[in-house]
Amino acid sequence: MTLVQKTLEAGPGTILIIEDESNILEALTFILSRAGWDVRGHGKGDTALAEVARLKPDLMVLDVMLPGRSGFDILRDLRADPAMRTLPVVMLTAKGQTHDREQAEALGADAFLTKPFSNDELLRVINDISPVVMARRAVGGPG
Amino acid sequence: MLSFNGLVTVAILYVLVLFAVAFYAERSAREGKVRWLNSPITYTLSLSIYATAWTFYGAVGSAARSGLEYLTIYLGPTLIFVGWFWLLRKMVRIGRAQRVTSIADMISSRYGKSGALAVLVTLLAVVGTTPYIALQLQSVSLSFSAFTHTQSDQAVSTGIWIAAGLALFTIMFGTRSLDLNERHPGLVSAIAAEAVVKLAAIVAVGVFVVWGVADGPADMLARIEASPVADTPVNGARWLGLTALSGAAILCLPRMFQVLVVENSDERHLATAGWAFPLYLMLISLFVVPIAVAGMSLPGTGDNPDLYVLTVPLSLGQDALALLVFLGGFSAATSMVIVAALALSTMVSNHIVVPLWLRLSQKNEPFRADMRLVALTARRVSIVVILFFGWVYYRVSGGTAALASIGLISFLGVAQILPALVGGILWRGATRLGAALGIGAGFAIWAWLLLVPNIAESGGFIPDLLNSGPWGIGWLAPSTPLGLEASDPLLTAMVLSLGINTALFLLGSLFSFPSPMERLQGAQFVNVFDHSQALKGWRGAVGAADDLRIMAQRIMGDEAAIALFREAARKQGREGELPEPTPDFLDQLERELAGSVGVATAHAMVSQITGAASVGVNDLLAVADETAQIMEYSSQLEAKSEELAQTAGRLREVNAKLTELSVQKDAFLSQISHELRTPMTSIRSFSEILMQADMVDDAARTRFSRIIHDESLRLTRLLDDLLDLSVLENGHVSLNTGEAVLSDVLDRAIHAAGAEAGGGIAIRRDRAREQVRLWTDADRLAQVFINLISNARKYCDAASPELVISVLSTGQGLDVEFADNGSGIPARQEALIFEKFARLDTAKGAPGAGLGLAISREIMARLNGDLRFVPGPSGAVFRVHLPARASAAA
Repeated sequence: MTLVQKTLEAGPGTILIIEDESNILEALTFILSRAGWDVRGHGKGDTALAEVARLKPDLMVLDVMLPGRSGFDILRDLRADPAMRTLPVVMLTAKGQTHDREQAEALGADAFLTKPFSNDELLRVINDISPVVMARRAVGGPG
Repeated sequence: MLSFNGLVTVAILYVLVLFAVAFYAERSAREGKVRWLNSPITYTLSLSIYATAWTFYGAVGSAARSGLEYLTIYLGPTLIFVGWFWLLRKMVRIGRAQRVTSIADMISSRYGKSGALAVLVTLLAVVGTTPYIALQLQSVSLSFSAFTHTQSDQAVSTGIWIAAGLALFTIMFGTRSLDLNERHPGLVSAIAAEAVVKLAAIVAVGVFVVWGVADGPADMLARIEASPVADTPVNGARWLGLTALSGAAILCLPRMFQVLVVENSDERHLATAGWAFPLYLMLISLFVVPIAVAGMSLPGTGDNPDLYVLTVPLSLGQDALALLVFLGGFSAATSMVIVAALALSTMVSNHIVVPLWLRLSQKNEPFRADMRLVALTARRVSIVVILFFGWVYYRVSGGTAALASIGLISFLGVAQILPALVGGILWRGATRLGAALGIGAGFAIWAWLLLVPNIAESGGFIPDLLNSGPWGIGWLAPSTPLGLEASDPLLTAMVLSLGINTALFLLGSLFSFPSPMERLQGAQFVNVFDHSQALKGWRGAVGAADDLRIMAQRIMGDEAAIALFREAARKQGREGELPEPTPDFLDQLERELAGSVGVATAHAMVSQITGAASVGVNDLLAVADETAQIMEYSSQLEAKSEELAQTAGRLREVNAKLTELSVQKDAFLSQISHELRTPMTSIRSFSEILMQADMVDDAARTRFSRIIHDESLRLTRLLDDLLDLSVLENGHVSLNTGEAVLSDVLDRAIHAAGAEAGGGIAIRRDRAREQVRLWTDADRLAQVFINLISNARKYCDAASPELVISVLSTGQGLDVEFADNGSGIPARQEALIFEKFARLDTAKGAPGAGLGLAISREIMARLNGDLRFVPGPSGAVFRVHLPARASAAA
């Protein structure tokens, strides 16, 4: 069996969504679950990192405006932590300003989506970074 | 007995020695070895040019003829140096501070840099001094003939050579430096040496007379008692007059001003001169009477008492002593002539020739390059011309009694400057008109009463005009001024000229207004000690360079000045140090400064610091003009810059407001974007799910449709709120004011907020107190209440949420308080709650857009009341205040 086949057999893996809007969280969960992911949701910023450490997800979807702590701060700490540094992250923002995108890239986000986005767009982005997920899993990265 | 040629040889040798002294002093000064040059003794000795050949020889003659009257000539200066020392000090300080070049310059400078006054004083000085120069030439010629028993004709012809030699000496050491430094160390040193020679000569004769002719002081005193000198009556009025006159002369004589003020290198030297100069005068006058008595009693001393100093030793065969006396008299004459010629030539050049040259030459001619050469040439030519006139005057009037009396006449001539000089230093109210009237009238009266008759007399021709007065008007005749039978023409002329001079000076000053420049200069002169520093010592090159740097920094700015000085130092190979103030560097600096302050001012400033100040009247006028322009310009600038500063201040305020508004607007748009995009994300996502019919079952479909519906409502609410807020904030709100009862409004609000029984929160009210009749917009007020009640419902985190609505009527109006029992609002967020989109970190989710409280507050402002958060330890408390006019008990 090839590496990819092996990975696919094991399933796409676990996604952690940090999002405080319950309706959005519900929509994302529905869509990504349908795509075969094991989806976990969390609605607060200040406890997000603890949740990452506990769940050890394969991928994270991270909103910017969160109660308690901003998504940017969470990403910065994530990238500074050796245990979680390689976790692929998709950032979501509702402000639609270019400097948000630039900041996300500078902090090491793997992808960036501006609300509102289409479901296809979300799936394509997640798909695009899946090889990264697989490769990291194959070499025994986090998760 | 020396031959005529032998004596000429001695005189020439002596002059050569003087040249050597002057050369050596000049070289020492250039090399900076100035200690002995710069000593107070040299300064004091140079002052002794006051004692000319007229006093050297004439004092003895005067004693023989008029007894002790000669003492007045020494008494006046002594009294000035002792009693009016403060005035001398002030003159010296002003002279240094204002870079004054002559007595004419001093007067001109004081009275607003008046060119006309300078010319008047210059003319007065030239007219008053030229006969005096003739007197000196005569003294030397007479001493030649007395010594060698030659005919006085031959002696007279030697006068021209003496005059030529003196002109050469003065030109060499008086107009040597091209930078026109007004101090002449070589010349001053030579004069100091001559002062020693003439004192030594007269003391030597005195000692010889007392111990060689008489048998010591006691015998001498007895001889004096027996001589006619002792019998000469003392004329009190004349004593007083002559003392005052010689006191005035020491202040006003051009040559005295030259050595006293212009050549002064250190103000402290004056303190030494204050006692040393009177001492010198005392020593030089000590043996006058003994020599006179000896001359009268000894045979073979001739019939001219003015030559006793020379003939006494000659008659007794003391040739060496006689030779010393000859050199002493020669010294007295030459030093006076040299300094007088220098002082006069400076005046003539600065106040007459150069201004004329400037006026006649094209305006666009290169001004500064030629200026100095013109000034130097003018001085040299002036020296020659002045000495030539002196010689001519001597040729015409030599040997007459008229010439002998010219000394005091000359004193009175220059004394006409005194009122304007002293008045200008002491009285700020003195004006140009007063000074011009006083000096002009004094000059005219003096010339008419004394000078013209003297010239006529020495010419041997007295026209009728002088005897009978012009147009036959007797009281205008010099011999009988105002009809007075003048027993003493000098005293009469003195009282008349100085009296009228002073009176006109005072009246003219009182009845005219000083120009701004006069006021400025007047203040500078009168208060000179308040804003000037004593000039101490010879200014070293380093000190000057440092001063130059400080000045340049003030004018050009720190960076430019430091760069200029660094570059200059580098060029001179003095990297890291201050540059030497070389002429090249000074020229460059002047050009740089001229860009900022104008040519004349730059020149004046640099010159002032380097001590090379020779600021001609036109320089000064240019400075004055520039200063006036700059003052005008800077006052305009000041007004403009004040306006500008105010405008800039307003601009800054507006800009700050705009920036703040812009930041607020950006933040607001960003917030709105967020608030719109969030529900739209859910709507889009769920609608896409629903579009794929196979994806969801019926239960999910229903749920997702409900979410889409809720989020649409949320969007609508948000848009409503935004519009509402916009209208409220812009003040375009129309209130629907009417009568209402508070309890009814609250009922409606509780219902609308869904907070009735079973709404998740218990409302406690005091209905009795709510029976208040309101005159307000009940719908808007209800909107506020709804917001507060639904906030409590949404955010109160108590186990059994409760909201207490209490009513309090006060004199100022009506307060309605909403207090819940939750955990309240964190202190750090109290300030934020009324901000738009402020959603607080609370345990419960926050479905609103965060505009409710902002809108409520705006509504209450429109209703003339307000909405406030009441801080406290318990739950959140909001207080709605309504004005008194809006409420009344129902």
